[in-house]
Amino acid sequence: MTTLLLAAHDGASLKDATLKALTAALAIGDDIHVLVAGDGVAGAAAEAGRLKGVSRVLTAEAPALAHGLAEPLAALVVALAPAYAAILAPSTSTFKNALPRAAALLDVMQISDITAVLAPDTFERPTYAGNALITVRSADPIRLITVRTASFRATPLEDRAPAPVGAVTAPTDFGISAFVSDAFSTADRPELTSARVVVSGGRALGSEEQFKALLLPLADRLGAAIGASRAAVDAGYAPNDWQVGQTGKAVSPDLYVAVGISGAIQHLAGMKDAKVIVAINKDAEAPIFQVADYGLVGDLNEIVPELTKALG
Amino acid sequence: MKILVPVKRVVDYNVNIRVKADGSGVDLANVKMSMNPFDEIAVEEALRLREAGAASEVVAVSIGPKEAQETVRTALAMGADRGIVLEAEGNVEPLAVAKLLKAIVAEEAPGLVILGKQAIDDDSNQTGQMLAALLGWPQGTFASKLVLADSGIEVTREVDGGLQTVRLALPAIITADLRLNEPRYASLPNIMKAKKKPIDFRPAAQYGVDLTPRLTVLKTAEPPARPAGRRLASVAELVDRLKTEAGVL
Repeated sequence: MTTLLLAAHDGASLKDATLKALTAALAIGDDIHVLVAGDGVAGAAAEAGRLKGVSRVLTAEAPALAHGLAEPLAALVVALAPAYAAILAPSTSTFKNALPRAAALLDVMQISDITAVLAPDTFERPTYAGNALITVRSADPIRLITVRTASFRATPLEDRAPAPVGAVTAPTDFGISAFVSDAFSTADRPELTSARVVVSGGRALGSEEQFKALLLPLADRLGAAIGASRAAVDAGYAPNDWQVGQTGKAVSPDLYVAVGISGAIQHLAGMKDAKVIVAINKDAEAPIFQVADYGLVGDLNEIVPELTKALG
Repeated sequence: MKILVPVKRVVDYNVNIRVKADGSGVDLANVKMSMNPFDEIAVEEALRLREAGAASEVVAVSIGPKEAQETVRTALAMGADRGIVLEAEGNVEPLAVAKLLKAIVAEEAPGLVILGKQAIDDDSNQTGQMLAALLGWPQGTFASKLVLADSGIEVTREVDGGLQTVRLALPAIITADLRLNEPRYASLPNIMKAKKKPIDFRPAAQYGVDLTPRLTVLKTAEPPARPAGRRLASVAELVDRLKTEAGVL
């Protein structure tokens, strides 16, 4: 009954999402192998050997794996699968893309975005934008699972003799898909899904300029990541990878500041696991106030600069 | 080139769903149903490719109860050429949906299948990837831009931290993200016209796919509610409470 955990990493080190998915893996069983796939993963693999419960680290290195393309990554998972009872990965865009492909090749129904492990074959996951939590039991011989990282605390690296690292055969390029380019925002900010503080803006900001002019200084002051509601993304005020909600990212920071966000169901789905929620909105009836610990009703154009100043 | 667009009938995104008191599921009686919003984006993209001369026909397919024809009819009113309904009762999981779609792909031989990236009822985000796997086709998921070229398609994808562009050989699977386009509204004349467009009904059972769910839903519950918060009078009070009461500053 060994579990395979798929690591999210940048080559040099593991991402926080991996430490959170590990917590879910530990709840399933305590013999865990970690797969670190990519092209140049020595640093991340060394860290993986110090994860709690991990008895073996597998590395797969090939140019075809460098950008997380689903076709080779899924083939790799399928090749390794027979040795495992469960395969877990954090719900990052890479694994949301690749894991269902592997599941279909294995004739297994994936369990997406779990929020709790109730038994090795029984899990809780949100549906309907988090408005209904379902408990599901899998009848498949291998369970493929993505983990909603906002619902699990990180299990820190241990100071111990690292688990052995060994290479597995990397898949060849199938020639049907190729990486062309990427465009990552290089902002000097914490990552949205692992930030301790998130400042999020909605359509009430009114424009892209105003969104940035008001929220960037506040986020700088708080050392926060920046998020946005779907309405703000739709209106073009913020890029889509800032989107928090059912169709964007799920976050669970210590502090979530919602500025000019009404609180549509689909937005709440992505942030109601935050420890403390602050809402700033001129509409006193806005649904966001029903989930906010602290609410300020008023003009965000006055309140936000005042708050930024007060935090200085 | 033909484009196949699978569409799902789901609870309308504006509806506040209710969990049944006995925990047996979500109350779907007398609830407004609509096309999954991401599937609307998929239909729109297929129509734009046809209008640009890159595709010759757009076929919408839905799997579900007889009422799924309403969702196919919506796609026809937007501009799709014809529809297929595979009738199946009960919960059909993404894996089974992908197997049925594979059979439809074998019949229709499309050059592209464009799906929504996830359905807003089960939030699984699996069907497109699974269909790509079963067909051995490449997949461009969470797409925000498509560019067709002679030898394939360039797909710009929404990924964590930004965008990734990949080149795929055709035929390929695409799943639509929010910013791919803004779907059109069906005009009244087009709604009338859609009533005359053909829809082919078939029992899903004829494809010999085992539709038995692999996941048993043991319980459905409402999420725990957050305790009611407090309205504060001033920014100063907010900063004070964040520091002393909440301890997050």
